[in-house]
Amino acid sequence: MKQSLYAGALALGLFLSTTALADVVKVGLIAPLSGPYSMNGKIWEAAAKAYQKIHGTTVAGHTVQIVWKDLADINPAQAKAYAQELIIKEKVQYLGGLYFTPDALSVAAVADEAQVPTVIFNAATSSILDKSPYLLRTSYTLPQVSVPAAKHALETKVGTVVTLVSDYGPGIDSENAFVKTFVAGGGKVLEQIRAPLKTTDFGPFMQKIKAAKPDAMFVFGPGGPPTYAIIKAYSEAGLKQAGIRFIGTGETSEVDLPGFGDAALGLETTLHYSPAHPSEMNQRFISTASQEAPSVIMNAVGIGAYDGLAVIYKMIEATNGKRDGGKAIAAVKGWEWESPRGPVKIDPTSRELVQNVYLRIVDKDASGKLRNNEMKSFGMQPDHGRSPALK
Amino acid sequence: MLQLAANIVVDGFAYAMILFMITVGLSMTMGLMRIVNLAHGAFAMFGGFIAAMVTTKLGASPLVGMLIAILAVAIASVPVERWLIRRFYRRPELDQMLVTIGVMFVLIACANLMFGSAITALALPSFMTGGIDVFGRSIPVHRIAVAILGLIVLAALWLAIEQSSIGIRVRAAVDNAPIAQAMGINTPRIYAMTFAAGAGLAALGGIAGAELLPMEPTYASKYLVTFLAVVAVGGHGTIFGSFMAALLLGLVETSTKYLVPQLSSVAFFLTMFLVLLVRPHGLFGRHA
Repeated sequence: MKQSLYAGALALGLFLSTTALADVVKVGLIAPLSGPYSMNGKIWEAAAKAYQKIHGTTVAGHTVQIVWKDLADINPAQAKAYAQELIIKEKVQYLGGLYFTPDALSVAAVADEAQVPTVIFNAATSSILDKSPYLLRTSYTLPQVSVPAAKHALETKVGTVVTLVSDYGPGIDSENAFVKTFVAGGGKVLEQIRAPLKTTDFGPFMQKIKAAKPDAMFVFGPGGPPTYAIIKAYSEAGLKQAGIRFIGTGETSEVDLPGFGDAALGLETTLHYSPAHPSEMNQRFISTASQEAPSVIMNAVGIGAYDGLAVIYKMIEATNGKRDGGKAIAAVKGWEWESPRGPVKIDPTSRELVQNVYLRIVDKDASGKLRNNEMKSFGMQPDHGRSPALK
Repeated sequence: MLQLAANIVVDGFAYAMILFMITVGLSMTMGLMRIVNLAHGAFAMFGGFIAAMVTTKLGASPLVGMLIAILAVAIASVPVERWLIRRFYRRPELDQMLVTIGVMFVLIACANLMFGSAITALALPSFMTGGIDVFGRSIPVHRIAVAILGLIVLAALWLAIEQSSIGIRVRAAVDNAPIAQAMGINTPRIYAMTFAAGAGLAALGGIAGAELLPMEPTYASKYLVTFLAVVAVGGHGTIFGSFMAALLLGLVETSTKYLVPQLSSVAFFLTMFLVLLVRPHGLFGRHA
């Protein structure tokens, strides 16, 4: 009797411990939680919390545990070390996050070797996904949103354009994609200005553009102070009054809109997500995120984390919590689902996110708050950078 | 052609005056007090942040916010000088740089915590907004106001340092502190005043220039190299040196922006390189 009780307890204990082990699936996220880009890390945290609040912390009986690593600045060596630590010490089954391209590239090598599926929440350079079959992305690529910008210009009778981009990789990618589509459609590019990355006085460029008298200017700003300065200078130099329209992509982030003030009204951008997207699912996401983190303003950075977790949840479900990178990736190739941004799909060959890109114009909502109001959708857009259609 | 030249002069002069207002305080503390204050940009930054806070949170007018911010930064700099910087006057320059860059990092972290890492917009007084038409070109009033402000600062500093009795005491305290003290000049107070004036000027420049150099926590380190370049080209300790250096660098950078945009940063530092090659102590620098 006593013996059987002992055996029973032992069996129960063993049972509990094995299920407890199998039950936790760890996900390692590398994000800028402190330092100059910490705002974006905070947005990811809020979006991830909102996702787990809405969809729960378990998938098919497995508890999903997120392990955050703070990568304050662009630092590929540190990103790689974090990825190794997460895989070896924390035994994570999935990696995610990665704000900057150089960090994503260095983590790609680790993910490839360890066969750990890695979901990039932001880094937007087209070519990253070529580095490993274990990479996925839930943000966007610059050609993906710049080609619709050119289409929008052509559709709205813009005949001449001056481009103004920051002189670095993403700026040039964006310029190339825009110019190629715009010229192919019969538009004329009067001038292509590439401003040094750290420029914050854009007054001279605006005067130059004003003198060239184009119908519109196409802008790519790197975010932060230069983008702020571009929009201030555009309004200050009176380009809007001179009839020169502002066409951009991600310049009018919701985080910066209050700072831009009325200078932002009427700016036209093409991007994959606006928190003002009128769907019930999106409203639920926005309201849950603001409950979880009241001080955080949600924007297009945040949706990358929300959908990143959606993809990771799907992979956990498909592998039933077991470590199997190949099976996990195969399960989400070609997966289509409804996201707060609209319908999305992971392209089965390129693994890139195919998604709606929207034309948005900045206006004020009923309460007088500035927002990116979606005017139309360009439909499901592939990554025009790598897709053979454009090559 | 004429239009282009006019554009370059207006934009270049305004940019130069912002550089001048921010860097003249740095040049003063470096030349007069012989202290390398790498935290100077942080004073400019806090000027901007405090002005924004006073106007948005307390509902003060932008002009009042600007004055309160300048005063607050000047006052806050006094204990910094009294308890920290003062211990480093007689120490090697490397020690001074280490302590002031440490102060800078602390202030950056404070700003990040208090104001967040997004850009903080700064409302301008109404007389500094809008545009006016000059020769068929609309010039932002902000640029003209900044240019005038820069000239006022130049005149005021010249009067204060070269013409007033306070200026004489400052120069005496700097040239020979022990004798100045023996003559009854309160040198510690002179030093504190000069430091506070430098900090206040930084705040003024930070606020006036916030449209061109937007306020966010990494401001203090981001533009430090630019500020130091102006001081190096001008030769530290001279008001006119700072003025001429800011003018030269501002015009060079702005004109290359109009003519060959890609090279504007390069042109800025190439000018610095050439000036220092010919005059290692700066345009108006005296040999130490």
